[in-house]
Amino acid sequence: MKIQTEAGERHVLAITVDNEAGVLAKITGLFTARGYNIESLTVADISSDHALSRITIVTNGPPPIIDQIIAQLDRLVPVHKVTDLTDAGAHVEREIALVKVAGTGDKRIEALRLADVFRAKVVDTTITSFIFEITGASEKIDRFVALMRECGLVEVGRTGVVAIARGAEAA
Amino acid sequence: MTEMSGADMVVQALVDLGVDTVFGYPGGAVLPIYDALFKHPTIQHILVRHEQAATHAAEGYARSTGKPGVVLVTSGPGATNAVTGITDALMDSIPMVVLTGQVPTTLIGTDAFQECDTVGITRHCTKHNYLVMDPARLGPIMHEAFYIATHGRPGPVVIDIPKNVQVATGKYIVPDMIEHKSYRPQVEPDSAAIAEAVAMIAASERPVFYTGGGVINAGPDASAALRQLVALTGAPITSTLMGLGAFPCDDDKWLGMLGMHGTYESNMAMNRADLIIAVGARFDDRVTGRLDAFAPEAKKIHIDIDRSSVNKIVPVDLAIVGDAGRALDAIIAGWQTAGHKPRDLGEWWRRIDGWRATRCLDFPEKKEDAAEIMPQRAVKALYDATHAMDPIITTEVGQHQMWAAQHFGFRGPNRWLTSGGLGTMGYGFPAAVGAQIAHPGRLVICIAGEASLQMNIQEMGTVSQYRLPVKIFILNNQWMGMVRQWQELTYESRYSNSYSDSLPDFVKLADAYGWTGLRIDNFGELEDGIQTMINTPGPVIVDCRVAQLANCFPMIPSGAAHTDMILQPSDVTGTMDDEAKALV
Ligand SMILES: Cc1ncc(C[n+]2csc(CCOP(=O)(O)OP(=O)(O)O)c2C)c(N)n1
Ligand SMILES: [Mg+2]
Repeated sequence: MKIQTEAGERHVLAITVDNEAGVLAKITGLFTARGYNIESLTVADISSDHALSRITIVTNGPPPIIDQIIAQLDRLVPVHKVTDLTDAGAHVEREIALVKVAGTGDKRIEALRLADVFRAKVVDTTITSFIFEITGASEKIDRFVALMRECGLVEVGRTGVVAIARGAEAA
Repeated sequence: MTEMSGADMVVQALVDLGVDTVFGYPGGAVLPIYDALFKHPTIQHILVRHEQAATHAAEGYARSTGKPGVVLVTSGPGATNAVTGITDALMDSIPMVVLTGQVPTTLIGTDAFQECDTVGITRHCTKHNYLVMDPARLGPIMHEAFYIATHGRPGPVVIDIPKNVQVATGKYIVPDMIEHKSYRPQVEPDSAAIAEAVAMIAASERPVFYTGGGVINAGPDASAALRQLVALTGAPITSTLMGLGAFPCDDDKWLGMLGMHGTYESNMAMNRADLIIAVGARFDDRVTGRLDAFAPEAKKIHIDIDRSSVNKIVPVDLAIVGDAGRALDAIIAGWQTAGHKPRDLGEWWRRIDGWRATRCLDFPEKKEDAAEIMPQRAVKALYDATHAMDPIITTEVGQHQMWAAQHFGFRGPNRWLTSGGLGTMGYGFPAAVGAQIAHPGRLVICIAGEASLQMNIQEMGTVSQYRLPVKIFILNNQWMGMVRQWQELTYESRYSNSYSDSLPDFVKLADAYGWTGLRIDNFGELEDGIQTMINTPGPVIVDCRVAQLANCFPMIPSGAAHTDMILQPSDVTGTMDDEAKALV
């Protein structure tokens, strides 16, 4: 007997929640308990009184499962609002990465040249290393990191995606 | 306002919230609350013998009254013992508030004595939970917790209270608005959807109502509205295990329960219907059978308070999110305003009568005094002898539960208490304790299996202590019958560990606890034995010996379609492929 899985599509969800202990565990636990995917998750306090946080989750699943994920999130007591940015229309997605490369000679020059092409900033440097800061869509960061592997990549840290709907209105 | 201790605030909040009963068990981390409850004038504390039983008793109390059940347990093992009942309440949408003691805030995270991460452990088996770090928050949290447990889809809420928060003093604050700052379940149904539902029902030629525990949760008025709507439309009605009692069993529109052990007529009606009106039911796998063969010809309307239940398992044509009672009322109003008369459903009813003619709940038996008792007969005899007394029936989990659902009829809501979603052996007896506490004058009977009963049998002591007249009626087949049935169906009758070996002498056990114990051995003793049980004041345990190898039919094997029902033992083949074996 084989265990079957279904193909899915990628959705970016913005979730406004009470900024309280345990809320993040509740949400990630919901994803693991019900077998939903998390490709990336970011969270930070977004209100002036520290009462609310915004969680951005990139998930993947067939459309009925995406609907279920939203309904399941929506009924959690500390969840105020769930927005499917992918469904809501045009939105901006950004991610930041810090990328450390070490090397000398040609490799070092090539790393710096590529960083320039990707508009990555140098935020730290020694004689033998750089730390680049790069912002952009996840695919752009993927490509930059892949190139840096050829140029002495030591370490990479990524924030995960934050996203927001285009236009004047809140989504 | 004067200050009071956290423990006093907890008790004051319980009083303010109208709580009259707490089921619990003391321990180091809740001693301050126990002290505040000492000789309390209005709150009775029922001391159970195991914390799991406190949670099931609270469920029994809640299910039989419609009010939230309240539990008080200590930290560590007290809290972990409560987890099964908390999960049971989550699965069956039972309003419950569980207060757990916790080690002092200064020791949290140090692996202190009897520390466990209660909010962590219960995060996914509660509707919501709290760790209270400041006594000033106790008042608002207590009130909010009761609001959350009882509003929207009901469920269990845990409040974990460190011991120093119980001892510290502060102001008891009652929030002016007793609700949650953002949790607003939708109760009022959308009027456009209601209008559409009315039109769909009016246009249907083969409608069927499929109702569940949500109707019971919506209160007695919802059950009354359901009866009215069924009468107005003339449509047949079936129900899930959890929904039994919302519609009277003696009405001619009643098809019996549906699903795995449901009646032939209800499952066939679901399969051939052109419209299914689901009310407070969640298309559980026990109900749908094989999904791609579920109700293939039907449009589906789904009324549910929980939006996440809609389209979770079965995609529906019309969703109505809201309280079942209000939605039913709105449909009735819409039906009447539109001047609809019941359609002529004669052709549909003729087909249903054809399915009814299979008499799927009949069972072979010998009606001689010395003959063994068929378990179905025992339930029927119990029903005949007691239904005029309007009893509250609880069950454990197994064949006896299904036979009780099939053969005991219910005429009103809140009289049938059973563990549906989690299927918890050990639920029935403590649930009967809770129901009896809430209804001291009523006849409360736990229909038990000999195996399940032993999971919380220690509660005999609780019953003795509070002089509760609970009756336990054991369908003693000396097997974990439901397990054995599946082994016959799937594993060529290799009975791995399903025999109930080394049973206690239940009559002597009754004696040991100061109960009355009776044994019924054969057909000739059944009616008299039941009468003796009813007429004996105080708690009674009846060890009713039934046919050991009887199985529960009809049955839709896991993963089979509604039309592939096993009606007779002779239909059983004894083997299954891996796909079927992998299903629960
Ligand atoms: C706590 C728990 N453990 C295991 C099971 C699996 N299970 C379901 S029915 C059953 C047998 C029940 O036997 P008994 O109480 O004698 O009832 P019968 O089926 O014989 O009527 C078992 C073991 C369960 N439902 N709950
Ligand atoms: Mg048994």
